[in-house]
Amino acid sequence: MTGYLLEISQALMALALAPGLVGFVRWWKARLQGRRGAPPWLVYYDLRKLFGKEVVISKNASWLFRFTPYLVFSSTLAVTLLVPLIAAPLPFDRVGDLLLVVYLLLLGTFFLALAGLDPGTAFGGMGASREMTIAAIAEPTIALSIFGLAVGAGSTNLGRIVAQTLAHPGAAISPGHLLGFAALFIVMLAETGRLPVDNPSTHLELTMIHEAMTLEYSGRYLALIEWAAALRLLIFFSLLANMFAPWGVATTLTPVAVSVAVIALIAKLGALGLVVALLETRLAKLRLFRVPELLAVSFVLALLAVTSSFLLR
Amino acid sequence: MSLFAKIWRTPAVTEAVGQDPEAQVAVVARQIGERARKLFGRSLHIVEVDAGSCNGCELEISALGNPYYDMERFGLHFVASPRHADCLLVTGPVTRNMAEPLKRTYDATPDPKIVIAIGDCAINCGVFKDSYAVVGGVDKVIPVNVFVPGCPPEPVDILRGILSALDRLPRK
Amino acid sequence: MMLILFLVMISAYLLGAFAALLSGRGAVGRGLVSAGAAVGSAAGLALGVLVIASGFPLTFTSARLLPLTGVALRLDGLGAFFLVVVGLVGCAAAIYAFGYSAQYAGRYSLRLLGVMFNLLLLALSLQVMADNALTFLVLWEAMSLTAYWLVLTEHDQRGTVRAGVWYLAMTHAGFAALIAMFLLLSGAELTTSFASMRAGAALLSPGSRNVVFLLALFGFGAKSGIIPLHVWLPMAHPVAPSHVSALLSGVVIKMGIYGLVRVLLDLMGGGPAWWGGVVLGVGAVSALLGVLYALMEHDLKRLLAYHSVENIGIILIGIGAGLIFHSYGLMTLAALGFISGLYHTINHASFKGLLFLGAGSVLHATGTRNMEEMGGLIKRMPWTALFFLVGSVAISALPPLNGFVSEWLVFQSLLGGSNIPTPEVAVVMPIAVGILALTSGLAAACFVKAFGITFLAIPRSREAEHAHESPPSMLAGMALLAIACVALGLAPFVVVPALGRVLAGLGGLPDTHAVFSLNLSLVAPNNFASMSPTLVALGLLFLLGLVPLVMLIFRVNRRWRVSDSWGCGRAGQTSRMEYTATAFAEPLRRVFAELYRPTKELSIDFHPDSKYFVQSIEYRSEITPWFEKVLYGPLLWFIRFVASLVRRLQSGSVHIYLFYIFVVLLILLLIARWS
Repeated sequence: MTGYLLEISQALMALALAPGLVGFVRWWKARLQGRRGAPPWLVYYDLRKLFGKEVVISKNASWLFRFTPYLVFSSTLAVTLLVPLIAAPLPFDRVGDLLLVVYLLLLGTFFLALAGLDPGTAFGGMGASREMTIAAIAEPTIALSIFGLAVGAGSTNLGRIVAQTLAHPGAAISPGHLLGFAALFIVMLAETGRLPVDNPSTHLELTMIHEAMTLEYSGRYLALIEWAAALRLLIFFSLLANMFAPWGVATTLTPVAVSVAVIALIAKLGALGLVVALLETRLAKLRLFRVPELLAVSFVLALLAVTSSFLLR
Repeated sequence: MSLFAKIWRTPAVTEAVGQDPEAQVAVVARQIGERARKLFGRSLHIVEVDAGSCNGCELEISALGNPYYDMERFGLHFVASPRHADCLLVTGPVTRNMAEPLKRTYDATPDPKIVIAIGDCAINCGVFKDSYAVVGGVDKVIPVNVFVPGCPPEPVDILRGILSALDRLPRK
Repeated sequence: MMLILFLVMISAYLLGAFAALLSGRGAVGRGLVSAGAAVGSAAGLALGVLVIASGFPLTFTSARLLPLTGVALRLDGLGAFFLVVVGLVGCAAAIYAFGYSAQYAGRYSLRLLGVMFNLLLLALSLQVMADNALTFLVLWEAMSLTAYWLVLTEHDQRGTVRAGVWYLAMTHAGFAALIAMFLLLSGAELTTSFASMRAGAALLSPGSRNVVFLLALFGFGAKSGIIPLHVWLPMAHPVAPSHVSALLSGVVIKMGIYGLVRVLLDLMGGGPAWWGGVVLGVGAVSALLGVLYALMEHDLKRLLAYHSVENIGIILIGIGAGLIFHSYGLMTLAALGFISGLYHTINHASFKGLLFLGAGSVLHATGTRNMEEMGGLIKRMPWTALFFLVGSVAISALPPLNGFVSEWLVFQSLLGGSNIPTPEVAVVMPIAVGILALTSGLAAACFVKAFGITFLAIPRSREAEHAHESPPSMLAGMALLAIACVALGLAPFVVVPALGRVLAGLGGLPDTHAVFSLNLSLVAPNNFASMSPTLVALGLLFLLGLVPLVMLIFRVNRRWRVSDSWGCGRAGQTSRMEYTATAFAEPLRRVFAELYRPTKELSIDFHPDSKYFVQSIEYRSEITPWFEKVLYGPLLWFIRFVASLVRRLQSGSVHIYLFYIFVVLLILLLIARWS
């Protein structure tokens, strides 16, 4: 029972933390540009404001356009129930594994791309086309990183992977793990629309990927999609943090362990946020047709990760 | 690496809110922060429409985003689509060609929304007055909440304009 | 009970065929044809389910029906499973045909269509029961020929006859390989029953076993459309009537899979690891290239046909993995591989059937297969759009529908590759994982294109603007398969144990009906992973209900108004401003330019007075059909060359032919004399 309670509170915590994480990265970027920047909690105000505004819908849009925000939000939220954020293993671990996590996120992308095509604007179609291209090419890297982790841990279920790495800390610095981490990190940048793949703060439609699909959304629908995007960032950060460096994750459900886990999670998210902010300060956006090269690099890293975990097993 | 070394050496160049109470930016900034919080929950997304300006006003508006003024700290943010916006900044005399797009932009923005006309041209067409190519001031085309005079207005004036627009908007 | 169902099935098909012969056009005739086919396939479906559930095979032999050997039919678990596949798609296609074939009245022969449709279903249903080589081959040929007539239905359309010829040539090349294979297997006697072949196969020398394997791969592969034997498939499937396309892509190509499993696993009892490796490799290549070529297609039905190549590839990846594990004696993993392949078989039958029926509805409503002339159909054909969306989500392997479940199983069986003792072989598995993941990602991209360009946004042509929803019978056919997609996705805990039971005993596989599922979850061997699509679907539904509810409670602003699309304020939005299918696929075409080798042709007409004004721009871009050029080009050249040599013998003069006959007879007599 406590397990299920913890599961639900973990999802709620992810919901609460996600906008803050986005704001935190933005705040760091502003500081690195010599600005004071918006406070990290501004994103919460953004969301509240959007929920209070009316919705304007294109006359060409169909029911799919209005259904998509709910589906994107729900499928992303469902993922937070499966990823071990603060404790492992959790009861929902049996419901789904890492492959399900990846395909649930792809479900959201699939519908968002359809919604981008729905109003019939060129921008939406452009965003949909690019997003699906990148999602498709990123897919093998994710699958191979999963494979690498799973071979090491003997399972694709997230709780088991965490538990296994906790039990054998040496595995975390094995070449398979390190290469897999690097591969997944690059893919994370692509999947969450960060530089150098996509510029989250661009205003120029022609350079957009993710945002071009959401140009038609407003009000509560936009709020749901932005919140889901923030959740996605948090999910990828915590996958990176807890799969490869699971220390701090509670294995017993005592109040002390859980609160330590919460603090550890926030610290890890903060550290990754800082790294992303530093990278985004340093890197320029790649041309769209150079992105596959970057993803090919990550694919090779992942392949090496799997091969080494096969041979060094 | 040298980039980060430089970042490390350079302090934040944004005018601090508290340090110099005389500074106009600081005063306006504080006021915006408070009012915007009441109305838009502290976050105000702006879309900029150039209805035929000479781009003088655009220069001043884009100065708002630089590290000195750094309008993002007040929750002001430029967005790409009017669907995401709460506020239209309109510059320039409305030319015949831009009248329809301006109307459409206004129509595309979800309520509640405010419109701010920036610069003399946007108020009464400035030096382009009575030209065959202009329709008139912005208020001839869409309802305007606040006019910010100046050719071009200073960034601080624009900030102040946004502030008074927040004041005038009726509570919903 | 089983026998009654069996007789009902056969007589319903035959009655349907007779009804078609007698009645011809009117609605009554079409109704009788469809009813015969629908009742027959429903009976087949029930029979299959019954045989799987009871575990007792049904046997039926008659020495009189076929010379030399007699008809030998035996419906075991594996056959029953494929009978279910036939019944499912056949039933939906039959119901759909009632509405769909109405448009053919007066234009094409409804009589031929009805007869061949019923006979094809009959041949397919009996095919899976064939229990000796000759029965198998006769039914195989019956299936190929009836399918050929069905492909030729719209014979006056461009490309139909060419497609039919390609199909006939390829399928007969495969047929020749199959005859050779059975000759080898049965010790040169086609009368041999499968039971004695099973016993005899182990005694064959390794060399002839390998030849049997290669012949089987070629023969059954040509039927399934594996790469590089796929060229006929994207030609023949699109030109057939849509309910026939559904049957061809959903069921007929699956007979190749049935044959492979039957021969390699059941009759031969598995083989060395490289067999599995070859099957896996062919599968991986077919999957990846199939989806890549599908991405470049803008003909809706051709796109779906290329996806059939892809999905056959995914099925073969599962079966290949199963064969590899089988050769190492890892029987549980082998069973998982075969289960994943077979599960994907029925899944592909249901969603590809559904998608072809959906494409048929679109064709019916707009009169075109070209996606660039569609758009906005979701408002005009809401039900078709919904069903097509279900099919698209399923084929993109997105949870919680059936495509995801079977791909998850394929992934899990590949992940089991870490148990293979030899690292050189084991390393194949992660590469297959990468290819499979890339394939499914590209499939998702392709179906965003297929659904988005066809059904969303503004109509791109007058035909699309005036499109109308299909008649109820067509909707019912699609609904049946859509429900199957959902049900197969939500109930793997029923399907997987059933498949475990079906495979039990074939090639020494253990009975795994209780191994891979636990309550509502699927479980990979060694507790490697567990996943429950049922609970995931319930959770998603729950959240989909909860989120709006919470928003209601928190008094989110619920006002909305309709406005123009945002296009930077420009005055009018026309369909020419939309993204097209070509534009959508452009980034991927650039990424994979090495494969596609696109040719570009740009010609601009300037205004005669000033070159700053353009009068017209013509842009033409095509991808190089690599296989047809490199592989089939030389082959066709060779065949033509040989044919021209042979032609020298044929002068057209009767005297010369009489002379040939005389010489041959003389030689034969001399041989008979001396031997």
